[in-house]
Amino acid sequence: MTRLNWFTFSSPATFYPLAGKCIPWLWAITAVFGLSGLFMGFFIAPTDAVQGEGYRIIFVHVPASWMSMLIYLVMAGWAGAGLMFNTRLSYVMAQALAPTGALMAVLSLATGSLWGKPMWGTWWIWDARLTSELILLFLYLGYMGLHASIDDTRRADKASAILALVGVVNVPIIYFSVKWWNTLHQGASVSLTKSPSMAQTMLLAMLLMTFCFWAYSMAVALQRARAMVLERERYTDWAQQLPEVRRGQA
Amino acid sequence: MNAVWSIVQRDLSLAARRRSEVLTLLFFFLVVTSLFPLGVGADPQLLNKIAPGVIWVCALLATMLGLQRLFAPDLADGSLEQMALVPAPLMGLVTGKILAHWVLCGLPLVVMAPLMGLMFGLPTDALWMLAWSLLLGTPVLSCIGAIGAALTLGVRQGGAMLSLLVLPLLIPVLIFGSGAVIAQLSGLEADGYISLLAALLLLSLTFAPWATAAALKIALE
Repeated sequence: MTRLNWFTFSSPATFYPLAGKCIPWLWAITAVFGLSGLFMGFFIAPTDAVQGEGYRIIFVHVPASWMSMLIYLVMAGWAGAGLMFNTRLSYVMAQALAPTGALMAVLSLATGSLWGKPMWGTWWIWDARLTSELILLFLYLGYMGLHASIDDTRRADKASAILALVGVVNVPIIYFSVKWWNTLHQGASVSLTKSPSMAQTMLLAMLLMTFCFWAYSMAVALQRARAMVLERERYTDWAQQLPEVRRGQA
Repeated sequence: MNAVWSIVQRDLSLAARRRSEVLTLLFFFLVVTSLFPLGVGADPQLLNKIAPGVIWVCALLATMLGLQRLFAPDLADGSLEQMALVPAPLMGLVTGKILAHWVLCGLPLVVMAPLMGLMFGLPTDALWMLAWSLLLGTPVLSCIGAIGAALTLGVRQGGAMLSLLVLPLLIPVLIFGSGAVIAQLSGLEADGYISLLAALLLLSLTFAPWATAAALKIALE
């Protein structure tokens, strides 16, 4: 029995081709799930009794919010792995995930306000969930800003990894504090948690869209990680041997 | 323990020889707080209502100013590297730095804030609550701020970056701190907020020196 080596793909030289093989599949999954999810969401799911057609933005809004939170956790996980095992690739993954997470947070805020205008009559309310999503966006921006402002890559990796870990400890505290703050200052004018149970097709469409967002995030993060690996390893032999690098040099 | 006290003594005597730094901070707090009535109008009821939030936010910003000078001068003259070489855990030294920072930046704000509260027309019990919440809250600001200060050492635009990193993390302190005063103002029980502030204080006292020491080691590599 051969022992499983958990670190096989933590080497950039083995990760690079593996990621290259995964990316087309992930894009295919994104397309299939996205198209079927959008079709179900827009044409099959019934019109909502209270909110009319406007609710259909939920099929983008909810998956984007979920992804924005999940990606922060995954990012902090990679950052922790990087600090623990001192693997270069972990930092690359953490850094590759951050822009996608920030994008998801922006998407969630933007679709939320587009949804809020017809439903609540306002673009923005200081609702607990809106506010904590905004703070999550700040945390992403801080992470990316810190990484960008340190020139030495190794130092930037480690410093931003510590920031991600500090952030992930803080996220639940921030979430609950904002929740209590909100109940103190103003009663929530609209509660989404008390909405009636969803129709089956709506739920299915949302699940399809969620898988689409998952696959998209993985595809984009892997693609970004591949580019970053090439940039960082450009002087190594294995990178010099790659056909795409040689073609570029010719 | 000896190392902690000698760091505290060193930082305090350094500050005593450069008094303008602490005074600038207090002056900043005073000026920014007094800008609010000029900006929103002198309606006593409105001022009374926004006072807890305004004073807490200004205390937050004033602490940010002081944080930029927590490690940067020591890095510039090389004494930070010497401290890292001392055969005592770096965590202890960091704890000393945080303690000194709080005595220099946090404590004056605790003393000063009730005065500003008075100018905003807060009643006496709310003034006491303001001082009490700041007494528990400002050490948290110093602790979490120290992590940010260590991470942004020697970074381009370190000051602005420091605020970007640290301010979102300080939101819970702001919420519970001003919440306690608001609760007191509206005649509600403020104990819950005070307990939460104390919990945050214990949590940050436990973890912040450790994370700050880790960040300093990276900066000194």
